[in-house]
Amino acid sequence: MLKSEITLYVNGEPRQVYVRHTDTLLHTLRENLGLTGAKPGCLNGDCGACTIDIDEEPIKSCLTLSVESTDKKITTVEGLQNAQIQKEFIKKFAFQCGYCTPGFIMNCNALINKYPDADDAKIKDWLESNICRCTGYAEIEEAIKAVLTKNQQGLSS
Amino acid sequence: MISYDFEYHKPTSISEATHLYQSLQSQGKKPMYYCGGTEILTLGRVNRIVTGAIIDIKGILDCNVLKLEENLLIMGVANTLTKLNETNYFPLLSKTIIEIADHTARNKITLGGNICANIFYREAVLPLLLTDSQVVIASPNGVKVSFIHEVFHQTLNLNDGEFLVQVKTDNSYFKMPYVSVKRRRQWDIGYPLITVAAIKNDNEIRVAFSGLCSFPFRSQQIEQSLNNRQISRQSRIDQVINDIPAPILDDVHGSAEYRLFVLKYTLNNVLDALEGERHA
Repeated sequence: MLKSEITLYVNGEPRQVYVRHTDTLLHTLRENLGLTGAKPGCLNGDCGACTIDIDEEPIKSCLTLSVESTDKKITTVEGLQNAQIQKEFIKKFAFQCGYCTPGFIMNCNALINKYPDADDAKIKDWLESNICRCTGYAEIEEAIKAVLTKNQQGLSS
Repeated sequence: MISYDFEYHKPTSISEATHLYQSLQSQGKKPMYYCGGTEILTLGRVNRIVTGAIIDIKGILDCNVLKLEENLLIMGVANTLTKLNETNYFPLLSKTIIEIADHTARNKITLGGNICANIFYREAVLPLLLTDSQVVIASPNGVKVSFIHEVFHQTLNLNDGEFLVQVKTDNSYFKMPYVSVKRRRQWDIGYPLITVAAIKNDNEIRVAFSGLCSFPFRSQQIEQSLNNRQISRQSRIDQVINDIPAPILDDVHGSAEYRLFVLKYTLNNVLDALEGERHA
């Protein structure tokens, strides 16, 4: 079995892991590091449940090898720690079963940081990356817009 | 999870990559060049791609270039579709790739990965065919530059050990009128039925197709028919249909008959966009 010891920078900390070269980042985060926030869904890059942020961009961790992620800044939902978008998801009831929620949170968080003035088209484009089969996406959009509005008004607490 | 094992290599120069390939090939490891990797991972998971070694070319500087140099836009193949879209040097390319997969996937899918993919859509090729772009190909014997028409026939025809490094496009094309239309059977996401991209160069329309046949293509015969303004628009479109160079796809996304129906409608849209109001 072809394995290597690598260092991943996850949630602000260097983490040494021993991985197969074929291991996806999703597998390593969950099975080696115990970070189970990123969820295995389709494992095929379609559903977005495994979305994490790499260098501030949302990435599907099932489509990423651990060995190609060594020089990146990786953030999982565990690394957010009560971010504004998490609070708004709760306020707006932007989830039901919750399985897809960490992926949505990571995608939305990256969107808010990258495009503080994101319009409806931008929000729709980004949300197409994640599948939710419980909600109708409306509450998720409301959560994003609530954070954007608060940030624009300087009310980010 | 991929059930088999492979070696992972990340060279930092073209020569290192090609020599690595030769070495791994001689060891029987059936190496593959790896860029975005989305297709290798998804098809590898179901054993439709099996390799003993991957060579990640993202560490090679030439593959990451994205700049205008005199009149040429140089695009390294490791640039992601998102980056190409956001920089928007090449508006037709941006428009054509913006609907490939989804936004998060486009953060990983690279230009080279899309051009060299197994999936038959490979829409990123369409603007390159329309603009007579050049491709920079690395081989164990060095680097060569060819026009895309010389090496792209249904797929990018690379010899064993070669890989695509860059694409170069003349920026005089970027100011020409263009249209790119992606039709799906339903909804706004998912695989397309057909994609048609076109530009107007000196009153001549160039057009390229994806999803119509089992490969993306541009056809001189089709363009001659489409530009034959001696006959009615409907006759021109009928002639284009006769010129399609291979069987029309007939799959779960749409029957051949339905694709044909959508193609006719879409060609009318293309002509509306590039020739102005409907006539004849």
